[in-house]
Amino acid sequence: MYEKRFDGRAFDELRPMKAKVGIVKNAVGSAMFQIGKTIALAAVYGPRELHPRHLQDISSGTLRCFYNMMAFSGSGERVKPGPSRRSREIGLVTEKAILPVLDLTEFPRTTVDVFIELLQTDAGTRCAGICAASMALADAGFKMKDLVAAVSCGLVGGKIVVDLNYEEEAQEDAVDIPIAIIPRTGEITLLQADGIVTREQLKEAISLAKRKCLEIYEIQKRALKERYEKEVK
Amino acid sequence: MGKLFVKNKQIVVPGELIAKGMDYIPVGDAYRDGEDLIASRVSLIDINGRVIKLIPLRGTYIPKKGDIVIGRINEVGYYNWLVDIGYAYDANLSVRDATSDFIERGTELSRYYDLDEYIVTRIISVTKFKAIDLTMKGPGLKKLVGGIIINVIPQRIPRIVGKKGSMINLIKELTNCQIIVGQNGRIWIRGKNAEDEMLAIKAIRLVEEKAHTSGLTDEIKNFLMEAKKGKNV
Repeated sequence: MYEKRFDGRAFDELRPMKAKVGIVKNAVGSAMFQIGKTIALAAVYGPRELHPRHLQDISSGTLRCFYNMMAFSGSGERVKPGPSRRSREIGLVTEKAILPVLDLTEFPRTTVDVFIELLQTDAGTRCAGICAASMALADAGFKMKDLVAAVSCGLVGGKIVVDLNYEEEAQEDAVDIPIAIIPRTGEITLLQADGIVTREQLKEAISLAKRKCLEIYEIQKRALKERYEKEVK
Repeated sequence: MGKLFVKNKQIVVPGELIAKGMDYIPVGDAYRDGEDLIASRVSLIDINGRVIKLIPLRGTYIPKKGDIVIGRINEVGYYNWLVDIGYAYDANLSVRDATSDFIERGTELSRYYDLDEYIVTRIISVTKFKAIDLTMKGPGLKKLVGGIIINVIPQRIPRIVGKKGSMINLIKELTNCQIIVGQNGRIWIRGKNAEDEMLAIKAIRLVEEKAHTSGLTDEIKNFLMEAKKGKNV
């Protein structure tokens, strides 16, 4: 049984977080989100022309997310950056996690591109990426119903824990469950799992994630406001 | 009476609760979820009795019918020009709307407007799917020769122009520059010398930066007076 977490946190405690908006000056919108040692950077470009043409949607704009881990971001060997099976998948789930809140009907046939770079990774990268991307899109001034907050929950040594770090995630029996929610309504926009959990455990993990996402949401909101309060004063 | 959750001149982010109850009327990007009134864009709140105005702080240019914009000729066709007006897709300027001259079949259209030339033009129609038509018929619509073009955030244009053009006229007067402001965030400046142009750009940048502060006209006036005094010494 997992009695005490490797880094001494409580089972329902997040790692320290930091968020900043508007850090890439040449992008339309940008944001940084850090949770523990994981740092994600998101930059938004567009709306712009979408090619090839068959991808264009006449009724609404298209959202494209590109996830990329930088070469020396991990703690182990060098990661090969650039498109891969894994980065395409994560880009896709990021799109699906954000699309329910994003309204691009003002920009038919166009694309909005979000580039997510992971400068440093210590598990929970797709969640950090989603948090950063939703802040960057809000910063770019797109119409959104809400922000999206995401956190990974999981099962380590039979215990439900929140925000796994790499050490925990690499355990033999660990299950990683990344969850993204729309904080205002509590709707789930991302739910993945890579191991075996019981129905009760999954329910517990989801309710824990929902609670913890509200903490992340507060940090996202504060970061966005800080950026603009400077301008208004 | 409904309950208000925001203060005047406060910044709201997507998903933030503005008010409860149906007593308050939003102007701008907000939506209702049952009784709740929720912001859907990063904006500044301006409360006026029961009317809550949401002033957007960022965003891309959305073409509207009647807008005077500055465009760049991107392509010269047989019967039309394609013009980049700062939207994802080019706008169409047809021969019929470009000139009242009689144009014979097969005339070289680049004689009128050549590639990469800038024009001041008006949007005559925008369809639902953002097909944009332009015209050159109207007062002040012309080809731009010389000068500098700068880009500003399109949402700040009303402030740069000022009430009945007060701000832009002040800058024109004190810098001796010709200035044309396009609704798409492009501003054309031509002065007698580079110093005047630079001063005008500095003043416009200052307005853009401080767009949401009060007493800005006086501040700009002082700034330009000081700058001129410095030059004369």
